[in-house]
Amino acid sequence: MSKVLHSVDEAIRLLEIKDGMTVSFHHHLRNGDYVLNTVMAAIANAGIKNIKVNASSLFDVHEPLLDHIRNGVVTDIETAYMGAKIGSAISHGILQNPVTFRTHGSRGAVIANGTSPVDVAFIAAPTSDEMGNCTGKTGKSACGSLGYAFADAQYAKHVVIITDNLIKEPLENPSITGERVDYVVEMESIGNPAGIVSGTTRITRDPVGLVMASYAARIIEASGLLKDGMSFQTGAGGASLAAAKYLKDIMLEKKIKGSFGLGGITGYLVDMQKEGCFEELRDVQCFDLNAVESIRTNPNHKEISAIEYASPFNAEAAVNKLDVVILGATEVDTDFNVNVHTDSNGSIMGGSGGHSDTAAGAKLAMIIAPLLRARLSIVSDKVSCISTPGNTVDVLVTQQGIAVNPKREDLKQRLLDARLPVVDIHELKDRAQKIAGVPAPLVTGDRTVANVVYRDGTIIDTIKNLVT
Amino acid sequence: MKLVKSAVAGTLESNDVFVEIEPAENIDIEIESIVFAQFGDDIRTSVEDVLNEMGVKGAKVALNDHGALDCVIRARLETAVLRASEV
Repeated sequence: MSKVLHSVDEAIRLLEIKDGMTVSFHHHLRNGDYVLNTVMAAIANAGIKNIKVNASSLFDVHEPLLDHIRNGVVTDIETAYMGAKIGSAISHGILQNPVTFRTHGSRGAVIANGTSPVDVAFIAAPTSDEMGNCTGKTGKSACGSLGYAFADAQYAKHVVIITDNLIKEPLENPSITGERVDYVVEMESIGNPAGIVSGTTRITRDPVGLVMASYAARIIEASGLLKDGMSFQTGAGGASLAAAKYLKDIMLEKKIKGSFGLGGITGYLVDMQKEGCFEELRDVQCFDLNAVESIRTNPNHKEISAIEYASPFNAEAAVNKLDVVILGATEVDTDFNVNVHTDSNGSIMGGSGGHSDTAAGAKLAMIIAPLLRARLSIVSDKVSCISTPGNTVDVLVTQQGIAVNPKREDLKQRLLDARLPVVDIHELKDRAQKIAGVPAPLVTGDRTVANVVYRDGTIIDTIKNLVT
Repeated sequence: MKLVKSAVAGTLESNDVFVEIEPAENIDIEIESIVFAQFGDDIRTSVEDVLNEMGVKGAKVALNDHGALDCVIRARLETAVLRASEV
């Protein structure tokens, strides 16, 4: 008797996967992932229909999923993020039931509490032993943290580990332990290294991005939060990273030692931690090779689960202890609601990920975005989709000025005292429209193609189908 | 203004527009734009305005727009017209 199987087909047969079940996946192999496509092809081959796919995120590499949707193999999707290729097809209404969008934190939470049960979790693991003790830190497909897969591993009815580095000896310090693992399947390759992590994440050289980044760092400095013990999260976007660079300069100059850097971790945060800006890193997903190397070798670079990161039902979640987060947006409205789900044509091209989790938790939630992108104003009267509610957003940074949420008069005063260019958000909208013109309103259909579920479980918005 | 040859102006960079123009019997305008849904009508109006102002009666105009501002669209088209008319 062994847990080790030679194919995914065998796992599907032995676990008796049948019509109507839910299978889950994690996205640490990002746009290099082979596992979701392999498993779904095997499920389709077995003639199984009406499957619900619960994936922490879906990328363009998962395009074969569209055929399984058209063929009725997949009729439901639950996810926290969806790339533009899958998103566009969903927006055109190919899926039978509306997509359920959740946040990274609440996805883990509802798998754990049974609101969104998983029948079989398929976990891509860059290294596993024969018992299913596994890690993402080593192996040819190393991706670093497996944080988003922890809830799946712990709470799914059945767990299958899929690896391309099966070792005989028991794995030391596994990220996921083998106790709840039913089967371990060995595959030639679980992912394309070029798509798993980027080599280096680069800081923007675009002058507009640098202006915004410098404002962002000065806002943090002026906010009163820049002191020993500060915690910080930023995305991997060029301007966000540039903001981290300016922040690092200020922290080193003032000899400020922060507590932790959080989130998806880039090499940039790794450097900040090494140079003493933070005591530790708390990592739910590695974005680049430096981050993978760091989580493997640096004991102060800690792997955390989605629940530890951002669960709304976990009072100790890291986001609740977060001082500052820098976030992006495709659209912000004059009530500070943020859209990160759809593009300017209403087509799905993203998702909350941890956006609304961190905005809700952080003491200072900052959105950074250029006032105009290709003739479109970042600020509108009403976002076409509410991803993150305005009452959790503190400030919008553009190259043309900084808009502070009216509920943060205290912050506004601090920024004015620091001589930062504070403007009313309506003024920003007017300026953009004066330069670019007033866009024709978005026309969508009547059919709901996705429900955006906020971290408290309520449907915060719906996304309608596209008619063109 | 009478066009005597075909000409181009602009680039395919973000926030710019690439304009191609050639002599023709009537006015024929073709617009491709990443912001067509939001600004397609505005862009057509601007193109018609510029051609009118410059007295162009016959031209085939093709725009490949990557989100250029209105002033940029007008300037690029004006340049294309001048190049096509050998002023």
